[in-house]
Amino acid sequence: MPHGTEECKQIFATLSEYLDLELPPDACREMEAHLAGCPPCVEFAESLRKTVALCHEYQAGEMPGPISEAARARLVEAWQRAVAGTKPPGD
Amino acid sequence: MEKEVEIQLARDLMAGQPEAFDRFVEHFRAKIFQYSWLMCGQREDAEEVSQETLLKVFENFNQLRQPERVRAWVLRIAKNFCLMKRRRSQFAPTQELSLDEYMPALDRDGGHVKLQIADWSSQPEDRMLRAELRRVLGQAIAALPDTYRSVVLLRDVEDLSTDETAQVLDLSVDVIKTRLHRARLAIRQELDRYLKTKEGSAHASRN
Repeated sequence: MPHGTEECKQIFATLSEYLDLELPPDACREMEAHLAGCPPCVEFAESLRKTVALCHEYQAGEMPGPISEAARARLVEAWQRAVAGTKPPGD
Repeated sequence: MEKEVEIQLARDLMAGQPEAFDRFVEHFRAKIFQYSWLMCGQREDAEEVSQETLLKVFENFNQLRQPERVRAWVLRIAKNFCLMKRRRSQFAPTQELSLDEYMPALDRDGGHVKLQIADWSSQPEDRMLRAELRRVLGQAIAALPDTYRSVVLLRDVEDLSTDETAQVLDLSVDVIKTRLHRARLAIRQELDRYLKTKEGSAHASRN
């Protein structure tokens, strides 16, 4: 089957669901039958799969600065109060 | 950090164990910072969102009913603080991404049909991403409209499930799937452009 058909467009619209294993079984079988006979769709699907893999590995180079003692102390206090089941006065 | 470790840290904190505290803070602070940095675009905002989010997380720690959902719970709080930052800073109309923009064109050369896309076969999949590719990926994510960027960050970068992402963003599963697909296509297109440029320069240097 030549690439660029209506079927290719349908495939194109649901590729992410296919890659995420979220396609219903019938649609998944149709997808695989199509891919078996359409190398350009396979090539495109592969590039999208790699894109997703790259996103999974993505870490921004930016990190937060060290937390200040005062900020940490506020967090500790909030946590201890919550775990003890009490709220601060006035709440 | 694996999700299992996060969940265990959350359980330990619910049980009042202080040893888990600094690990939890360090881990989630970096995570919230990355998400809010990419959502707000400003270091100062991301630092504030990180602290405000953690404070709210700890204030409400006794309400964390399902520790196995701690990542989604924390990121939902971070998302709300990011939204507040955005409302305070600027208002930009939502831009929609259309599927048709991302369907690649074809080269028809006699009987041979080839997509006009770069050669992806040699791209590394290991954890050691090349710095330049990572930079291009970061730019592609940052360039997405907010509504798409938040979905791809939660679903692909933070590895939440489709259901969890829908709950964090108060959207239906179908909307999440649609936006995720378009966001991925947009990112793929940017990476493809970059790879083509690399191919072009490699070709030129050989000749």
